[in-house]
Amino acid sequence: MIKVVDLQKRFGPLHVLKGITNEIREGEVVCVIGPSGSGKSTFLRCLNLLEVPNGGRIYFAGKEITDFKNVDINQVRAEMGMVFQRFNLFPHKNVLENICLAPLKVRKYSREEAEAKAYDLLQKVGLKEKALAFPDNLSGGQQQRVAIARALAMQPKVMLFDEPTSALDPEMIKEVLDVIKELAQEGMTMVVVTHEMGFAREVADRVLFMDDGLIVEEDTPDNLFNAPQNERTQSFLSKVL
Amino acid sequence: MDYIWDFNVVVRFFPVLLEGAVLTLELTCIAVGMGILIGTFVGIGRVSKNKLIFSLSSIYVNFIRGTPMLVQLYLVYFGLPAYFGPIPPLMAAIITLSVNSGAYVAEIVRAGIQSIDRGQLEAARSLGMTYSQAMRHVLIPQTFKRIIPPLGNEFIALLKDSSIVSVIALEELVRKGSMIAGRTFRSFEIWTAVALLFLFMTLPITQLVNYAERRLKQE
Ligand SMILES: Nc1ncnc2c1ncn2[C@@H]1O[C@H](COP(=O)(O)OP(=O)(O)OP(=O)(O)O)[C@@H](O)[C@H]1O
Ligand SMILES: [Mg+2]
Repeated sequence: MIKVVDLQKRFGPLHVLKGITNEIREGEVVCVIGPSGSGKSTFLRCLNLLEVPNGGRIYFAGKEITDFKNVDINQVRAEMGMVFQRFNLFPHKNVLENICLAPLKVRKYSREEAEAKAYDLLQKVGLKEKALAFPDNLSGGQQQRVAIARALAMQPKVMLFDEPTSALDPEMIKEVLDVIKELAQEGMTMVVVTHEMGFAREVADRVLFMDDGLIVEEDTPDNLFNAPQNERTQSFLSKVL
Repeated sequence: MDYIWDFNVVVRFFPVLLEGAVLTLELTCIAVGMGILIGTFVGIGRVSKNKLIFSLSSIYVNFIRGTPMLVQLYLVYFGLPAYFGPIPPLMAAIITLSVNSGAYVAEIVRAGIQSIDRGQLEAARSLGMTYSQAMRHVLIPQTFKRIIPPLGNEFIALLKDSSIVSVIALEELVRKGSMIAGRTFRSFEIWTAVALLFLFMTLPITQLVNYAERRLKQE
């Protein structure tokens, strides 16, 4: 589904991604863990080209999307949902409008179609009764569930999550993780950057450990958490587990 | 001091002063209206990644903000006729004030757009919206509330600065004042009245700005 070959990213003199190569298969749930500043967010943001890579190639659904001259970036992004740490709901629009905006403007759905789909998704994330509420009047957990529904409304092929629960109060983490788990069970292809090791262990098909701009180790959660091979993985896990 | 106040003169000429005040208000409203139109486009140009659009809008803004309005007025009123033939004073005044206001409004719009959290643009783009869709549906609507107070301040500033067009014989409030003062030798009374008329026009807007700022702070 997504294939990454020797991905490089620099911010000025800072070399953040130093050659990432990996493949995310259809229906796979991949969790990305690693210390702060290791480049996890940058890696994720390169996948939907929110950051423009300085080198390497990214293939999505069989097509090279880093071939900028021949690729419609907006079309690529429409096929990849992204959920941010800080939700980033549109504060001037209510929940329903948040969800419907992109389907209406990008996919050119009719309003009836878009709203019907939005209500289905709200039902799925358990917030049907909040359709007309504004984001400021929702809890963090509710906002994040709306953000997930908003991304799903575009019917993406892949969902990218960047620490979806890091900005939440502890009592709200579960409601968001449960929604993501349900997606995983339905077979959605997902890349999840997370600090929730319990979640990664339970849901991931594969875990990538990143450090200093590289994927240092990758394995099934059982192997990676119980028997990490690399010394840096060991030291990271000993601190967080 | 044996100057004896005589505010009767103000009463007598009040209709004339009022006429001037109305022209002042009209000029300001037209100029700020045009300014908002110009400033919205130029302000968006000032955050554009397109180098040509960015440069052109920056040159405009810097030129207007870096030169006296009086010089801009002379340039329009005395300078442009060299190419376009004579321009009526009212037209010159409206052009100058509008173009001047446009630059200041552009900076207000730019600051408004830049004050919106980066995450908003990223969220919009991640959903597949184009840059201009994201601007139109996500960023610009969020700037509306935030730019009301500075726009009010711009209105007040322009209302006062519009008196500059008196130098090309437009009979707005200040010009009326000096005509009456010259005729009646009642400078103190007349200029007090002129000042109060300005205050009368600006105070409601000051109140509005304060109210809008309080509302924003509460959010
Ligand atoms: N837009 C940017 N401009 C300059 N430097 C940046 C930018 N974005 C990220 N960086 C730097 O790149 C490095 C990697 O950042 P990144 O956000 O990818 O790390 P991360 O692994 O997601 O960390 P965290 O766990 O704290 O979220 C950091 O040193 C960061 O300061
Ligand atoms: Mg991060």
